[in-house]
Amino acid sequence: MKPKLNILKNELTFKSSTDHLHEVRNFVEINGNKVGLSDKTIAHISLAVDEACTNIIKHAYNNLLDKKIKVKIETSNSQFIVIITDNGKHFDPNKIPEPNIEKNQKMKKGGGLGMFLMKKLMDEVHYNSKVNGNELILIKNYN
Amino acid sequence: MADFNVSSRVDGDVNLIDVKGYLDAHTAPELENEFNKLIEKKQFKVVVNFSELNYISSAGLGVFMAYVETMREQSGDIKFSNLKDDVYSIFDLLGFPVLYEFYKEEKDAIKKFG
Repeated sequence: MKPKLNILKNELTFKSSTDHLHEVRNFVEINGNKVGLSDKTIAHISLAVDEACTNIIKHAYNNLLDKKIKVKIETSNSQFIVIITDNGKHFDPNKIPEPNIEKNQKMKKGGGLGMFLMKKLMDEVHYNSKVNGNELILIKNYN
Repeated sequence: MADFNVSSRVDGDVNLIDVKGYLDAHTAPELENEFNKLIEKKQFKVVVNFSELNYISSAGLGVFMAYVETMREQSGDIKFSNLKDDVYSIFDLLGFPVLYEFYKEEKDAIKKFG
């Protein structure tokens, strides 16, 4: 049975399973459409949020499936802001080095691309360490 | 559940993998399985046809990074064809076009294995 999602108007709380990534992307899409963002901008923000949540599941929660992730969206007439919070171990994605794809593939390793993509797709990425977890703020400017 | 499907076909000694739908951290293991099956069968020449893939995240891109060297060590490769513009743009952002061959049409990718 599927766990029930808690969806408020601009806030989505879900369990830390990759099974929910598509619902998170849909949530971003609905909110992006509400403020009239282009399909391309929405696609970029959705991917950045997917990458952020994937990182949290893998690194902050070590793939434990029953932890909580909260995604909150705040919009103004010039910025689309996504605030992602978790209660996992401290994990600062800014500390992940920029990936060397050629070297990684020689070593047959596939990871380490998420943060790099997030930074490429968004205008600002901020990390705050919290007492009980992490807060990541993704900002896209528009208009 | 995200909508994703992977299947494979054969054209001569080239293996064609069709990916459909949404390739993210949840569905990437299905693509890994497909590559593992090919390696077990000692099949190293691969064309991935993206014509019906709508979305890819870094978890999907990572699968190709993890497997391409194995294929190349055995005189094979992973080549890509029929990508939608949105999907190609993500490969492009990460610099994949320098390290992989991309083709508009599957048949052109197959020919390159000639």
